[in-house]
Amino acid sequence: MTLLDTLTPVAPTGLFTSAWLMIAIPLVVAGLLLLAGKVTNAWGHLVATAASISAFVIAALLFVDLLGRDAGQRAVGVPLYDWITAGSWTIKAGLLIDPLSILFAMLITGVGSLIHVYAIGYMAHDPGRRRFFAYLNLFIAAMLTLVLADNYLVLFLGWEGVGLASYLLISFWQHKPSAATAGKKAFVVNRVGDLGMLMAVFTMLAMFGSSSFVDVNAGAASLTPFWATMIGIFLLLGACGKSAQVPLQSWLLDAMEGPTPVSALIHAATMVTAGVYLVVRSHEIYAHTVTAQLAVAIVGTVTLLAGAWIGCAKDDIKKVLAGSTMSQIGYMMLAAGIGPEGYAFAIFHLLTHGFFKANMFLGAGSVMHGMHDDVNMRHYGALRKYMPYTFITFAMGYLAIIGFPMFSGFYSKDHIIETAFEHQPVLGLCALVGAGVTAFYMTRLMLMTFFGEKRWAQGVHPHESPAVMWIPLVLLAIPSVIAGVVMNAWIGAWLAPAVGAEDPHLHWYPHLSLIGIVTTLVVAAGAFLGWWLFGRGPIPAAVPYTSNLAIIAGRNDLFGDAFNENVLMKPGQAVTAAVTAVDKSVIDGAVEGSAQLALGFGAGLRRVQNGYVRSYGLTMIVGLFVIGLVLVVGRLV
Amino acid sequence: MNSEAYVILAAILFAIGVLGFLVRRNALVLFMSVELMLNSCNLLFVTFARQWGNLDGQVASFFVMVVAAAEVVVGLSIIVAIFRTRRSASVDNANLLKF
Repeated sequence: MTLLDTLTPVAPTGLFTSAWLMIAIPLVVAGLLLLAGKVTNAWGHLVATAASISAFVIAALLFVDLLGRDAGQRAVGVPLYDWITAGSWTIKAGLLIDPLSILFAMLITGVGSLIHVYAIGYMAHDPGRRRFFAYLNLFIAAMLTLVLADNYLVLFLGWEGVGLASYLLISFWQHKPSAATAGKKAFVVNRVGDLGMLMAVFTMLAMFGSSSFVDVNAGAASLTPFWATMIGIFLLLGACGKSAQVPLQSWLLDAMEGPTPVSALIHAATMVTAGVYLVVRSHEIYAHTVTAQLAVAIVGTVTLLAGAWIGCAKDDIKKVLAGSTMSQIGYMMLAAGIGPEGYAFAIFHLLTHGFFKANMFLGAGSVMHGMHDDVNMRHYGALRKYMPYTFITFAMGYLAIIGFPMFSGFYSKDHIIETAFEHQPVLGLCALVGAGVTAFYMTRLMLMTFFGEKRWAQGVHPHESPAVMWIPLVLLAIPSVIAGVVMNAWIGAWLAPAVGAEDPHLHWYPHLSLIGIVTTLVVAAGAFLGWWLFGRGPIPAAVPYTSNLAIIAGRNDLFGDAFNENVLMKPGQAVTAAVTAVDKSVIDGAVEGSAQLALGFGAGLRRVQNGYVRSYGLTMIVGLFVIGLVLVVGRLV
Repeated sequence: MNSEAYVILAAILFAIGVLGFLVRRNALVLFMSVELMLNSCNLLFVTFARQWGNLDGQVASFFVMVVAAAEVVVGLSIIVAIFRTRRSASVDNANLLKF
């Protein structure tokens, strides 16, 4: 496949000039809810939901407008204002609405609105409901800034904004120490990634004198291979932090401490995919560095296996889904690392994953709602009769994620595996194994939650959630099923101009290939194995003892925390302790020593004030004598 | 006119004043010593004024006298106050103002 030029943005017309409203409305509502206080308690959540929906309406109108244009006219640059002007530097803030960003805007506001609606039911009895919706709107605004920015520096603003919203929402129940710690952990780990992001922006500013997409895309070809690779690696580090990719994956599992709608929106459907967006958006950079591209693919492959591994061993339903999220984002990163052939598939999988994973997370929230917030799947079982809507919608998500033929995940994941095989058979094989493992752990989750016998705790009476919660589930289940059929033929051509690739010419029906068939067989085998191990006999209520190292590693998140603690945290603390010791002894010693010296001198000098007038007189006379002597000697010399 | 004798006299008076100030304890005697020093200076002022035919020194000695009189008023009242409370005019007893 040859590389085409990225679209040059055209001037905005009509509704495009008001595109900033998409960001402004949720932002203003968030500010209103946070500042106005208790006054908005009664209706704040409704305003927040309306704000999210109105942003979705704007995005949809813009999308329709773009659909009606020629392929060459589909990128619209909306200049807003000069953000920073200093000397010869001018950084303009503006929006770029092109086929890539509008898909993201639709996903964020669409899924975001459904999750707002769901949260009306889920958070109905929470005393912090207003604050919760304010943060959700803040997130929507920040995420839209991230994807609509036409400049890496403005993108970084959104990047930090979503990090803030994520922190606030993970530790939303801050009275729980675990939630407070999880929020802090997410924030700290993300800082490491943000460092990479900043380094990338700095390098761009140094190389091109500008960080706007247009200038960076235009200048990428003139980069030396070294600097292209450095920018690529810096961007990858940023992407790893935000998208919970190895080695910065450890925060995502703890992030499940947040309320479930947050896990669905931020930590499954949208924010964690920002890294994939970043890589795809920077395709011109990666086009000039094979090394960084390969690094992206390897990071994706390692993460997709690691996430799946963790997903197999967890009993906490949300952590299984979190591991699965890591794994699916790993697929997207792998696709993005393949190059122009993979970009469209990365985004395709990102969209379908956004639907089915948000669907399943909300389904898990619905289950928890019925089970008194118990997340341990060993206490579930046989819920399909008691929660019919949740069960059916969850099943749709399940079939989509394992890649059941004709479901959305089937299309998007098969493309990635096939392209990976064409590009690099080893990566393809890993992706294939990952698909089988995905089927295994998702089958395990389904069986432990909805099938088998009741293992409920005493006093728990599961019931279906209210309509305000299951209607969003249904609305998310529909695209989970049909998104593949609908988008398969279209998305490649749609994204081609934005990502500088050629249209892959696909159809709505799956094309038969050896790898596709093998993948389906591997998935079937994984699902069968899941049934074989967890579908036939009773599930023990306690975690069974195992000496299997693989399972122990999986239960402990592959020792990611232990690694961080021993390799990074403890040496870090040792350095801090050493610096503190030096500060205390040497620097404070010098400062306090000089103070002691002055004090001692003063204490000695104080003795002169002895209260005897005659000794003062003697002092004066001696002084007078000295002055006289000086004058005389001065006269003589 | 030869001023030498006057200058020597003034130096002797000043030295007596200084010595008295340093060795005596009685506050009143100290005052007298101070007055002695002031007056030795006055004597020098007047001597040199006369020697050079210039009135400035005479004027200065008047100022010194006025200042000395004012100082005695304040100083004596302080000494009286101290004497009332301490039953002593010794300056070594009034040594509270110290480190």
